[in-house]
Amino acid sequence: MKRARLFAVVALALVYAVALGARFLAPADYAFQFREAPNAPPSVRFLLGTDELGRDRLSRVFVAAQTSLLLAPAAAALSTLLAALIGATAGYIGGWWEKLTMAGVDLFLSLPWLFLLLTVRAVLPLDTTPALSVMLTFAILGCLGWAASARVICAGVRQLRNSGFVLNARALGCSPARLLAVQLGPNIKPVLWAQFLVSIPVFVLAEANLSMLGLGVAEPLPSLGGMMRELENFSDLGSQLWRLAPLALLFACITAFQLFSSSREVQA
Amino acid sequence: MIRAARLRVACALSVLCLLAPLRSFAQGELRFCLHADPKTFNPLMVDDDASEAVRYLTGGTLVRLNRRSQQLEPELATRWKTSSDGRRIEFTLREAVRFSDGSPFGAEDVAFTMRSLMDPALHSPLGDSFRSGPGEPQIEVTGSNHIAITFPAPVAGLDKLFDEVAILSAQSPLKERAVLGPFVLADYKPGLFVYLKRNPNYWKKDSAGRPLPYLDSVRLDVQQNREIELTRFRRGEIQLINAIDGEYFDRLQAQSPAEAFDAGPSFDSEEMWFNQSPSAPLPSWKLGWFRSTEFRQAISSAINRQDMSRLVFNNHASPAAGPVSPANRFWFNSRLKPHSYDPAAALRLLRQAGFRVDAGVLHDSGGHAVEFSIVTNSGNKARERMAAMIQQDLGAIGIKVSIVTLDFPSLIERMTRSFNYEACLLGLVNTGLDPNAQMNVWLSSGENHQWNPAQKTPATPWEGEIDRLMRAQASATDPSRRKQFFDRVQEIAWEQQPFIYLVHKNALSAVARNVQGADPVVLSPQTYWQIERMKISNERAAN
Repeated sequence: MKRARLFAVVALALVYAVALGARFLAPADYAFQFREAPNAPPSVRFLLGTDELGRDRLSRVFVAAQTSLLLAPAAAALSTLLAALIGATAGYIGGWWEKLTMAGVDLFLSLPWLFLLLTVRAVLPLDTTPALSVMLTFAILGCLGWAASARVICAGVRQLRNSGFVLNARALGCSPARLLAVQLGPNIKPVLWAQFLVSIPVFVLAEANLSMLGLGVAEPLPSLGGMMRELENFSDLGSQLWRLAPLALLFACITAFQLFSSSREVQA
Repeated sequence: MIRAARLRVACALSVLCLLAPLRSFAQGELRFCLHADPKTFNPLMVDDDASEAVRYLTGGTLVRLNRRSQQLEPELATRWKTSSDGRRIEFTLREAVRFSDGSPFGAEDVAFTMRSLMDPALHSPLGDSFRSGPGEPQIEVTGSNHIAITFPAPVAGLDKLFDEVAILSAQSPLKERAVLGPFVLADYKPGLFVYLKRNPNYWKKDSAGRPLPYLDSVRLDVQQNREIELTRFRRGEIQLINAIDGEYFDRLQAQSPAEAFDAGPSFDSEEMWFNQSPSAPLPSWKLGWFRSTEFRQAISSAINRQDMSRLVFNNHASPAAGPVSPANRFWFNSRLKPHSYDPAAALRLLRQAGFRVDAGVLHDSGGHAVEFSIVTNSGNKARERMAAMIQQDLGAIGIKVSIVTLDFPSLIERMTRSFNYEACLLGLVNTGLDPNAQMNVWLSSGENHQWNPAQKTPATPWEGEIDRLMRAQASATDPSRRKQFFDRVQEIAWEQQPFIYLVHKNALSAVARNVQGADPVVLSPQTYWQIERMKISNERAAN
């Protein structure tokens, strides 16, 4: 497992290094249209070919990685934090508070939040920069994505609350804050980590779906989700595998996150 | 013996099962997709594409526009005559015609239809086309097969409007379900399909005297997803695609060139415009740019329409010069050419208007950097790409453009209520040939006069001139005189660029090899406009 963890760390470090240095590493301006070469296959000039407007796909993948792989984990962290606060409190206190919180979670999950997203986009000033717009989008996603994770975390904490070591700690006079921090926290960490990792691709894909509604990343700024819209024409994919690059990068990142988390669990 | 008999029965059943799909095609069932459920089956209330398709297939009209020649042809009326003042039209009707339920057709049915259509309580969108002035039309039934209709004011292109008026029966208890068209509504499952059966009483016959239509039935499957529609076409499950996107068209053409049809430029156009409304919450200097003719002309010259046609529409579009496509043979002003791509000329125009370029950024005379946003509807990949191309083209002359995609209701809210936008990129779908269909776009008082709607008095002299010309063409009845007026409207629009016309998309369609008699054209319905003469062979079903 050590080797797997090392591999995951190296892969993630590499991807994040590329994401952070995307503007310097990209061989071309991600927005520039080489109009004489639309839909070009990979070549020395365009290593991953070009899109329909002749934009260098490799440069766009780099910048998309920056957009999606920095902001999706940030949104995932925000939603997991909210889920941990709400779910753990409900699970620890139990009783009517837990019931009330879970009813609130059910209500939250059933509300059509898409309209909130549409409303936010509709009232944003038109001169909002694409970068600010995308940050706001991911922030909203983070604030709205906690409910399902809160249920899982609540169940985990409820189970731990009645376990022997927690009862022992209580019997020894451990305060609720210390119980949460020292006894429950470390034991619930794998669940939090799993929820965090599961949320990352969910947010990347949510952003792609929002792009279809005008709430995602605006042209010409690329995102992994937005670039995956190219895959809608699935019938041509067999002969143009390079179009799968954003999907492959997303898959590699999620796998690396998973390897990293599972190796940590084994270590623990 | 028993085993042998069972085997024979099993074999017979297997053969029947294998033949079942062939049998359905052999009987002549044409299938294609609607992209939404029809909103109505009342032909007088049609206001959407799906309902229009059902009306075309089931409704009998007095005259029919030949979609190939763009000329009117007799249908239920054998003769018609429009008065010189354009207020009165007389029809002589075909005899011995019956509705699908067997009830006879005559002048009373036409009178009933027109009274229903013009009833203000009905709020028929089609009826509005006939309302050119206050008052109700006078309908005179002058014989069992003769009728005259007099309108309170001249109606331009009066006879052509009857192409859309499906005649209802005045007597039939089935009301609008009794039809005079080639097919009759047999079944409808919302969200799934509309099923039409051959009208046994259809009056038309082919040259050999055989009754039409040849097809036994038409099944219209409700299918929103274009990718699935194409997949179903490739599998042979449907035989027509009326309007197909450029990229899907190319894929189909690569696989099966005989089934892909490019009929050339369609009536539809893609255009952008600047918000010139005084109600717009924009800084005065920006409104100043947008109201400057030189600024708009410069923007038009700085956009590379050829590249747009090539990259966004895969060469299935052509640069647009104005509101009328070359496909509209009579009304198109052939003297106008699309503004050519010329960034140097654009910069010259901008300098004339007081703009200057400093360090690669265009500034106005007040020192404000020229930048604006273009809004368009989200989810439309072609428009997002067009906007990205405009962004790069205008960047080359120092203008910073940002692209904002909005859901349609938010976009409409900004365009029509808050006027809180700078420039907009959208398309115009032209369904009618006649310029009267565009009255509410060109009249300065019109709600669809997008750049500055619902003006009390024309904001500029050239808008006043357009108002005068549009009213003049609407009240004139001599087609050549009307054309002169509308040609001048197109020239003013070309000079002033209130709409910066970008491209006319081509009319792309697909017709399966086993369909005979289809002749894809630009005008809607592109593939089945002569439905009664179309046949299905077994060639593809057997494949």
